[in-house]
Amino acid sequence: MVGSASASGQGDAMNFGFTEEQELLRREVRKLLDEQCPMAEVRRLRETREGYSPELWKQLAELGWLGLVIPEAHGGAELEWIDLVVLLEETGRSLFPSPLISNTLAAAAILDTGSEAQQTAWLPALADGSCIGTLALTEADDVLAPVGIQLRGRRDGNDWVLGGEKCFVTDPEAAGLFVVAFRTGDAPEDLTLALVERDALGVSARSFPMMDQTKRLGNLSLAEVRVSGDAILGEPGRAWPAIARQLDRGALAVTAELLGSARAALDLTVQYAKDRIQFGSPIGRFQGVKHPLAEMHVAVESARSLLFYAAWALDQSPEDVPRAVSRAKAYASEAFVRVGIDGIQLHGTLGYTEEQDIQLYLKRSKWARPLFGDSDYHYERLISLRGL
Amino acid sequence: MDFNLTPEEEAFRAEVRQFLDENLPSPEEREPGFILDWWRKIRAKRWIGFAWPKEVTGGGATLMEQFILKEEMFNASAPMLGSDYTGLHWVGPAIIQFGSEAQKAQYIPEILDSRSIWCTGYSEPDVGSDLASLQCKAVRDGDAYVVNGQKIWTSLAHVAKQIFLMVRTSSEGESKFEGITCLLVPMDTPGIEVRPIKNMSMSGMADLLNQVFFTDVRVPLEYRLGAQGQGWEIICSALQSERSGITEVNRHAAALEDLIGLARRARRNGKPALEDAELRRTFGGFEARIEAMRLNGMRALTSQLKGELHESQASINKLHNCDLLVEMSDLALELLGSAAPYTGDSEVAVDAGRWQIGALAWPATVIGGGTPNVQRNIIAERMLGLPKD
Repeated sequence: MVGSASASGQGDAMNFGFTEEQELLRREVRKLLDEQCPMAEVRRLRETREGYSPELWKQLAELGWLGLVIPEAHGGAELEWIDLVVLLEETGRSLFPSPLISNTLAAAAILDTGSEAQQTAWLPALADGSCIGTLALTEADDVLAPVGIQLRGRRDGNDWVLGGEKCFVTDPEAAGLFVVAFRTGDAPEDLTLALVERDALGVSARSFPMMDQTKRLGNLSLAEVRVSGDAILGEPGRAWPAIARQLDRGALAVTAELLGSARAALDLTVQYAKDRIQFGSPIGRFQGVKHPLAEMHVAVESARSLLFYAAWALDQSPEDVPRAVSRAKAYASEAFVRVGIDGIQLHGTLGYTEEQDIQLYLKRSKWARPLFGDSDYHYERLISLRGL
Repeated sequence: MDFNLTPEEEAFRAEVRQFLDENLPSPEEREPGFILDWWRKIRAKRWIGFAWPKEVTGGGATLMEQFILKEEMFNASAPMLGSDYTGLHWVGPAIIQFGSEAQKAQYIPEILDSRSIWCTGYSEPDVGSDLASLQCKAVRDGDAYVVNGQKIWTSLAHVAKQIFLMVRTSSEGESKFEGITCLLVPMDTPGIEVRPIKNMSMSGMADLLNQVFFTDVRVPLEYRLGAQGQGWEIICSALQSERSGITEVNRHAAALEDLIGLARRARRNGKPALEDAELRRTFGGFEARIEAMRLNGMRALTSQLKGELHESQASINKLHNCDLLVEMSDLALELLGSAAPYTGDSEVAVDAGRWQIGALAWPATVIGGGTPNVQRNIIAERMLGLPKD
């Protein structure tokens, strides 16, 4: 529209931009990862048993990035989810192998549902890196609904005794603390959240080999594990709304990282299209190459718009969160899978080689798609939320 | 990042809502002639051309206030803000930016008073996506240009009072981008002939496109917009304003509601259509893309307010716009099942044939203003930095 009359009178109005502090955070994360975790280091770390660098993890703690959304009183930076999105876009861009998402989600869950005593006991440790947390919500049925949680907790005096298997747990072997969802009764939503420590008797965790070797995913087994009443988060039997909130946060965090990865995969492919000469010309000059790249750009930038709004809603407008998160996760998961596949194809046979990085992004897209709900799940949820 | 409105903006939203409550009849209660009365009323509030400068009798509002106004108008099912879509969306802004004081005084109030009807003379029989190669010729003759040539695919030419005409005033110069000039020509000037083009839509409701022939048409010099040879610059700025805004987003949001309404009534394989998992997923996908368009538009608006608008941002939404139009109008036919082919000309047509019109009317929008493939070129070259082809 006409520019002349437009700019006047704008204060701190509606704004889709990042603050100076957020741009600074983005630059700092980028600089650290470029210097200390280039792709050669990512490739080295994926071969290690633990799958991440304890030294870098310590640096992230010192920079305040492990406790980004933890209040200052508990040793965190007390920033918001929109700041976390900035951090995760950059870690995703570098395929940075670390339990950052797991740890952040565990901290957010404790912050959301824990008593003051529980927060005081655990949040500082999650912020300073001395303990790594993760969520253990889903099970073998792979259903993101109350019925998907069947692991039973039996009351025994002041304690609860838990038995069963949690599945699709992120960073199970790195974690020292699990936020576990379990069933306390037959009513559909009779569910409870508890903090379970790795060292407790009867706890075992293992991760399984994955396509994306820069991530770790696996099971948490609980064999008659005794959990004291002090470790219950919130009120027993009423945890479903809190569990649902953690699932949404998980979907948001994964979306943020996957969009950073998708952007990087697109940039790699664009660079290849500029460098690769065939028929006497960079292949990026041909519309058969140019148009899929343009479509990838449309998908990635549109998904980012959805992501930014969802993050803002998490901070400022809770009633919008389920819809905003579902739109973002559904659309972004699809977009990234497409970027991965098209990115490989546009690299030609070179894209099939282990040596090229583009294949690492394709594998990352396969990790990101199902975690905390795939496109089918989230599109269906959007329609259900309309009452249909 | 902040999607909250300021207290002043919230107050403005409340003011619009109150005005609509008090003044806008529901769609069923609207009398013939309502629309002219309505435009007079909102013109008196300076809400037509709300973000245009006050000096040209616009509203002098911020883009954010205009955004709020459009949203509220849409939510209340109010008619379009003014009658002259072309005039309001790109001819007016171009005249404000490039026009003389006399031109502004003459044309802008007409547009805002809903008295004008502009059409746009860009495409020619041999000049489509490669717009800069246009050939319609204007030769200087004393105090006038004499125009000879042809335009095609011109929406509204059969009713327009004025044409926003791009002509070639010189074939010299370094590139085809030079030598293009913009003329503002009354359609009743002798030598202009309009011939409507019969289209595939089978409906008078769809856009009617025309051919426009110019034979020794004398256009006084004072009808030239900007300098001679400034036409390409004007085109670029005008194409850009054409693609901003939330009008299309709201249109899609309403179309999705309609489509879901149709799906509630429809059956597939003997079962309610809404039990079909694939259909539900498809609707979810439409919702996400429409919302992405809305948010993309707001990101562009933020960039614009900061003076950092990247001209190609609009191409992203144009692609969504085209995909949604084509896919949603086709899905409606799928929902109609075996009755899909019947047009509104008989009693067996569902909903008087409105879905068939939608399924045949989209090309005017999808092809007009730059085809999807042209948009992909723009994105690839200007945003991703790929070499020009």
